Amino acid sequence: MKTGARRTWRLRLYVAGQTPKSVTALANLKRLCKSHLAGRYRIEVVDLLRQPHLARRDEIIVIPTLVRTLPPPIRRIIGDLSNQERVLVGLDVRDGGSPGGRSP
Amino acid sequence: MTSAVRRPKPDPTKRARNGRRPARRPLAKAPTGIAGLDEITNGGLPRGRPTLVCGGAGCGKTLLAMEFLVRGALEHGEPGVFMSFEETPADLVENARSLGFDLARLRARRRLLLDYVRLERSELTETGEYDLEGLFIRLGHAIDSIGAKRVVLDTIETLFSGLSDRFVVRAELARLFRWLKTKEVTAIVTGEREAEHLTRHGLEEYVSDCVILLDQRVREQSATRRLRILKYRGSAHGGNEVPFLIDDHGVSVLPITSLGLTHQATTAHLSTGVPGLDAMFAREGYFRGNSVLASGTAGTGKSSLAAHFVEAACRRGERCLYFAFEESPSQIARNMRSIGIDLEPWMRRGLLQVHAQRPTALGLEAHLVAMHRLIDACQPQVVVVDPVTNLIAVGSEIEVKAMLARLIDFMKLRQITALFTSLTEGGGAAEQTDLGVSSLMDVWMLLGNLEANGERNRAIQIVKARGMAHSNQVREFLMTDRGIVLLDVSRRADGSVAIGSARDARREQAPADDRPAARRRGVE
Repeated sequence: MKTGARRTWRLRLYVAGQTPKSVTALANLKRLCKSHLAGRYRIEVVDLLRQPHLARRDEIIVIPTLVRTLPPPIRRIIGDLSNQERVLVGLDVRDGGSPGGRSP
Repeated sequence: MTSAVRRPKPDPTKRARNGRRPARRPLAKAPTGIAGLDEITNGGLPRGRPTLVCGGAGCGKTLLAMEFLVRGALEHGEPGVFMSFEETPADLVENARSLGFDLARLRARRRLLLDYVRLERSELTETGEYDLEGLFIRLGHAIDSIGAKRVVLDTIETLFSGLSDRFVVRAELARLFRWLKTKEVTAIVTGEREAEHLTRHGLEEYVSDCVILLDQRVREQSATRRLRILKYRGSAHGGNEVPFLIDDHGVSVLPITSLGLTHQATTAHLSTGVPGLDAMFAREGYFRGNSVLASGTAGTGKSSLAAHFVEAACRRGERCLYFAFEESPSQIARNMRSIGIDLEPWMRRGLLQVHAQRPTALGLEAHLVAMHRLIDACQPQVVVVDPVTNLIAVGSEIEVKAMLARLIDFMKLRQITALFTSLTEGGGAAEQTDLGVSSLMDVWMLLGNLEANGERNRAIQIVKARGMAHSNQVREFLMTDRGIVLLDVSRRADGSVAIGSARDARREQAPADDRPAARRRGVE
């Protein structure tokens, strides 16, 4: 399972333009990834104002929403990510950057 | 003086710029297309504004909202978006099919867009500030993609139940209603009714321009649905509860007061079908559009009177609709043939339609809707309800009376002459109708048995006939193989009326019956 744990994390952040919440969320996300997932993450920012059809496709109603697409399973958290504790729990990031949970 | 001269002329645009209200315009309304709802709202829901439809579980919110979209797309050229937070598109399509709506076709033609918003509370860990901008973008995109003019959000509680921040919820709820207004869509937002409050957040009813409350209650094993307009900003509305129904034609609201007493009274008249009875009315029959009540105990000839009435109408080439609550069409035809009235040719020609149904087969509202629909489809000049008293079996006296009032208003507007028979209990006062409906009727006749000298003789009398002079006599009649035959009045020397054998005895004594005199007395 070691190799699986070292896989790259894919995180997609949905925002709506350059609102304070969106800017805060992206800054918080970058900081958290650097400290916990250094070198093993990719962040994709989706601006729904530019691609409104993705709101329906990806089941988004709350802004900002962060979706962990990899590693599986998909997890979603909402808010500007300022509560780091909850972000770590929500994304299931453990020290060392491997996804936790009950699965081995 | 000078100030008066300088005062600018009223200019609507300037007033608007001053921040004052421009000249008052009547509120634009979007017809829902739902039977009866547009009548009680005087034209529909506020156009370009949100309406809140709230009620408990299973009260019909979703179906009412869906019909609003379907009718808008089909009848008013207004595409619609249905955003569902509870039912999946497959469920919605299936449920709508039970109302006779083909959502798949509307979706294919891009007249309807179903968007199911899946909300998994477990997936929503809150990590800071957020808002529902994604919902607005999503809904806005749906609206723009088909040019929607109507929107439904079903139900608002489910949408917000996944979010724990009450301040955000309240703020976003208010923003949602404001946003709907800026999109200028006519919207229905459904809400789950709470035990003590109208809505969970206590906010929805204030930010909506119109609030409709739905209710379903069960009494004596039968469920009745009620609808009430709680609020309609800028428009008059009746605050009464009105029954409504959901069946395979969709939602039907049954307003009692909406029609009002505006029908035209005519002086045209038509025959009762019984020559002798015509003679008892100054105008040789009923006025067209009259509601006629014929009440009497069992076996007094009420249905026969009704058969004469429809037969005469068919002879004139008029269409007749006969609601039978006791007998089947063939039974009615057979019984009437025994007294020389052959209804079958008229049934075959389609001039006479008989609809037989046990009253208990449907609830009262369902009966009323079914009758309205049949009347609309058949376009009759004459309607018979035989007997109206059987409807008591399915409702309380007040409800039956209210329903009859609706039915009578409905028929009067169409200039339909209606005959209602009413079965009264033997032994009670003859004029005591079980329903207390006689006040709704224009003409009221009593049929009964006169018991005297060891005989039982049939008799008929006119209790009232609005706007028309009529005989005050109790007239004996016979049920012959030519139908009902009224016998001429036979008076004894003391002025009393001889009936039965006593009449025959008098006739033998003085065969020259004073017919013209009797006639003259007959009509006062």
